[in-house]
Amino acid sequence: MTVTPSPPSPPDILRAPLIVEFPFTRSLGPVQSAFLTGLRERVVLGVRTEAGGVLVPPVEYDPETAAELSELVEVAPTGTVTTWAWNPEPRRGQPLATPFAWALVRLDGADTALLHALDAPGPDAVRTGMRVRIRWSAERTGAITDIACFEPYEGAAPEGGPAPHAGEFDEPVTGIVAPARLDYTYSPGRAQTRYLQALSERRTVGERCPSCAKVYVPPRGACPTCGVATTDRVEVGPRGTVTTFCIVNIKAKNLDIEVPYVYAHIALDGAGLALHGRIGGIPYDQVRMGLRVEPVWSDDGRYPDHYRPTGEPDADYDTYKELL
Amino acid sequence: MSAPGRDVAIVAFAQSDHRRRTDDVSEVEMVMPVLHEVLRQTGLRTSDIGFTCSGSSDYLAGRAFSFTMALDGVGAWPPISESHVEMDGAWALYEAWVKLLTGEADTALVYSYGKSSPGSVRDVLTRQLDPYYVAPLWPDSVALAALQAQALVDAGHTDEAALAALAARRRTDAAANPHAQVTGARPQGDYVVAPLRTGDCPPIGDGAAAVILAAGDRARELCARPAWIRGMDHRVEAHSLGVRDLTDSPSTRLAAERAGVFERPVDTAELHAPFTSQEVVLAKALGLGDDVRINPSGGALAANPVMAAGLLRLGEAAAAVHRGDSDRALAHATSGPCLQQNLVAVLEGDPR
Repeated sequence: MTVTPSPPSPPDILRAPLIVEFPFTRSLGPVQSAFLTGLRERVVLGVRTEAGGVLVPPVEYDPETAAELSELVEVAPTGTVTTWAWNPEPRRGQPLATPFAWALVRLDGADTALLHALDAPGPDAVRTGMRVRIRWSAERTGAITDIACFEPYEGAAPEGGPAPHAGEFDEPVTGIVAPARLDYTYSPGRAQTRYLQALSERRTVGERCPSCAKVYVPPRGACPTCGVATTDRVEVGPRGTVTTFCIVNIKAKNLDIEVPYVYAHIALDGAGLALHGRIGGIPYDQVRMGLRVEPVWSDDGRYPDHYRPTGEPDADYDTYKELL
Repeated sequence: MSAPGRDVAIVAFAQSDHRRRTDDVSEVEMVMPVLHEVLRQTGLRTSDIGFTCSGSSDYLAGRAFSFTMALDGVGAWPPISESHVEMDGAWALYEAWVKLLTGEADTALVYSYGKSSPGSVRDVLTRQLDPYYVAPLWPDSVALAALQAQALVDAGHTDEAALAALAARRRTDAAANPHAQVTGARPQGDYVVAPLRTGDCPPIGDGAAAVILAAGDRARELCARPAWIRGMDHRVEAHSLGVRDLTDSPSTRLAAERAGVFERPVDTAELHAPFTSQEVVLAKALGLGDDVRINPSGGALAANPVMAAGLLRLGEAAAAVHRGDSDRALAHATSGPCLQQNLVAVLEGDPR
């Protein structure tokens, strides 16, 4: 075990792209289902509140009284801009790829406004109070994006109020899948950067708490017992002891490892806690607590692919019982 | 609500320097010096703290369960009495205040942090919107604020020149704030989403804040002039943007009323208004006149670490009381699009 003081200047900053992507599958309540199915059929529905107003887009509960709402009405696909904002640089996922206005539009027959894009040649062509109509998407699935956008419209509001609507359609939409993707540039910070750089030299380097002297591997930058930064760098291992383990019988997606295999807690010599790793080079049913192991580095040498037995006698339980 | 039966004060406040990027540190490495500083001010150690509460959002940096790793910086093992809100730290402070009012603890550590630099915060914040009708359109945070700004202009409450003057005032004041990210008047720049220009928008950056709360005599021991929390309340607007009058903030006014703001004048107000236009809405909703110092720190226009910027307002207001610059201050925090949810607190110093 060797100790080196922290480098005087921070290590080069590591960066890697990180994409977090997930589809949310959401079920719809009866009012939302009718509204989104209606959009598919080019029908815009609102819901009447206890006070008699019409909410578009409709919601399941009255925002004033919290009463459950169910009285649907059909409003016009035309309306009036109540406020707007010119978007000169559309971003990924937004309704239009060319510059457009965001607009809140009160559809004829509604008392509240719907947010969507307004396709217009430029900000000079948009004003509060202007008349607009829905431009429908060619492919409609029962989603808010079935409205492609709004577009300028010269006509007046239709006569008469909104008509009652049963909200019943063939093959109603009962759920939506909302894909979400966020892009990040990940930087691991000081302690983990030092750890990763040492791994690339086939060394495992933890960090010691200056207060309680515990050596953290991998280091996360702070001692959770003392609440202070870990400072001294401490090379541990390369050999270690299996403190506990489990046998994995279900193959993980995209993982090219035959089951069953053993995943273990391994206390590297000199470390104050165990880290995780796969055990190879030994039949899965012969792995045991106390087994002495050493790392087998990945082909590119950047991290231990797994750990294999060293052939030493097993460690005595008392040597690792605090590291389970 | 007002504080029943037990006096609780903010007795210490610390913050990081707020920077555009902090690639050199992890979240816990960014938070830890702020925790150490706020503890140092009181002489307390982690083991002396009765309750710890934090506020943050893993979506900002894309780091799952980052708040549990940030807890390492507190010294949370063996387990401490602790809680977390996926909100601005102002709401963590609210939870801690209630905990102290119950008498279950005499001191609390509240902290929050945000690292917006790894991602695109304008897009990240779309994920908090109505998932059925709004989020699929990806309307970013500037776009929604711009809709509110245009509504204010249309109603005659402000214009672009007035917003530019407000931006310049706040950033000029921020020159006296050593932690601010953007200081000094500067050109308003191009439209980001019209009518909002670069100068109307908050800087994007990373930072952290922490305060310590203490009750009764404990507060007097720990601080020469505690900032007593006379009342605090938070309220929310209707969910759908199209239902709201975007030129007003009834939730702020109601929270202020419940917190006791209107019982006597305040001399200072720290308003969490990330966009210039939102300060217009808040000042109007709260009826703040020219005799009230608004955002002497520069406010969120000078530094807006998301999830910490609201706690910063409470901390800055408290620090003004600690220094003797304020006898009765209002602190406000907001969350969500177009001032969706608002928290208001009243802080007072003992008579001098």
